Amino acid sequence: MININEVVETNKMIEQENLDVRTITMGISLLDCADENLDICCEKIFKKITTYAKDLVKTGEEISRDFGIPIVNKRVSITPISLVGASCCKTPADYVQIAKTLDKAAAQLGINFMGGYSAIVSKGMTPSDELLIRSIPEAMAQTERLCSSINVGSTKTGINMDAVRLLGDIVLETAEKTKERDSIGCAKLVVLCNAPDDNPFMAGAFHGVSEADAIINVGVSGPGVVKYALEQIHGASFEVLSETIKRTAFKITRVGQLVAQEASKRLGVPFGIIDLSLAPTPAIGDSVADILHEMGVEYAGAPGTTAALAMLNDQVKKGGVMASSYVGGLSGAFIPVSEDQGMIDSVEVGALTIEKLEAMTCVCSVGLDMIAIPGDTKATTIAGIIADEAAIGMVNQKTTAVRIIPVIGKGVGDRVEFGGLLGYAPIMPVNKFDCSNFVNRTGSIPAPIHSFKN
Amino acid sequence: MGKVIISVLGKDAVGIIAKVCTMLSENNVNINDISQTIIQGYFNMMMIADLSASSIKLADLQANLDKIGEEMGVQIKCQREEIFDKMHRI
Repeated sequence: MININEVVETNKMIEQENLDVRTITMGISLLDCADENLDICCEKIFKKITTYAKDLVKTGEEISRDFGIPIVNKRVSITPISLVGASCCKTPADYVQIAKTLDKAAAQLGINFMGGYSAIVSKGMTPSDELLIRSIPEAMAQTERLCSSINVGSTKTGINMDAVRLLGDIVLETAEKTKERDSIGCAKLVVLCNAPDDNPFMAGAFHGVSEADAIINVGVSGPGVVKYALEQIHGASFEVLSETIKRTAFKITRVGQLVAQEASKRLGVPFGIIDLSLAPTPAIGDSVADILHEMGVEYAGAPGTTAALAMLNDQVKKGGVMASSYVGGLSGAFIPVSEDQGMIDSVEVGALTIEKLEAMTCVCSVGLDMIAIPGDTKATTIAGIIADEAAIGMVNQKTTAVRIIPVIGKGVGDRVEFGGLLGYAPIMPVNKFDCSNFVNRTGSIPAPIHSFKN
Repeated sequence: MGKVIISVLGKDAVGIIAKVCTMLSENNVNINDISQTIIQGYFNMMMIADLSASSIKLADLQANLDKIGEEMGVQIKCQREEIFDKMHRI
């Protein structure tokens, strides 16, 4: 039988250590909404999303109340729109019409983000993929809740450098189109390598073609809980450290599994996966950087940070895998800058640079995330940064991503405020040296030798 | 509806448990177990309650407990048992 100490421990995690379920994301296939007529296509999309997910927010709130656990976000991910709009979209403006439809559906559902304004172009771009990519700046400027992601490479296919080069321009153009709001459009645009089909986290969530008609994926969180647990074993050996992370990850994930199963049952939609991620928020104490600090590095970015993060990431997975029947998505520690107060502090004292963040992305989930850079950064430099991250993902058989925000009109020393979960960020300096002769080559980087496993 | 855990956290005061138990009995909610402890000067009480014979909805039970909590100046939570079971049992 449950004892009082266990009840107190759980409720302390929730109330004082920011334990929450970060997101319940309903994945919805829109493949059956394709139509040659744009208006009809939009109508079908709107109807399907608002029918399937109509009880999502309400159900999330009910589960939250029944178990006494906050469920921060209720979201929807959809089939990459470049597939759905392929037969009816002849111009980027046509895609923007779909984007606005999606935004309207998200608003009606009461969700804060919808992901899947996406294209998978890891080997090549169809005309439809390219039109969608070219529509991103306008789509991000004209919508509030829509997130866009482009997969430009994979271990199996190599890196589509034509897409990478194009996205260098698109990121800048998106920044320009939303410059009066600190280029916030770029906070909703992520460029991925090895993107998973079942990721519940934004901005990279989409409902891959390998998925069922509808699915419930859940993202758990809890950096604050891990940090608190580590404070209780201050100075202990690596063995004790890793055991403690593992045990804590297990507990956190079990809550996610419970919520996922309950949501699946109540919504009548199959359970997909749990994403075992330590996702920070700007709230004090809800920080991955603070865990690294507790592990023993003065600031995130100090020597030892990559090793500490590698260990943290691995132990989170080991603890979480046993707690859940199906694990997927990104699963690991997130290291966004603007969404993590400890990361922001590390940048502001000069401990953390983009180059160190790049090294850290080799050992944890995702990549260069929510990093504000000067607005006068060249498109080819942005493409170079994307190519570097994609190469890390491709060679290491892991997901990597770039979500950087060139803030138009601002430079190093300035600060941008995105608000809410997106937080604020100091502008970080970017390496000034040129890579245009590299990224301007056409074609793609071939798949690495270890991808040929057949 | 199966079992719920009702937990009370706050300054100790006369009649907290009496009030909660009265409300539960009025709604035909059976109490399986009660334990209490003082942690860092705060009164902690936990009750395992069985709702299977009761017709009250969990949301209404929570609302009643919130009201008692407000009157007594303590925090009362009522959560389905599974969250603790899942977290602390393999």
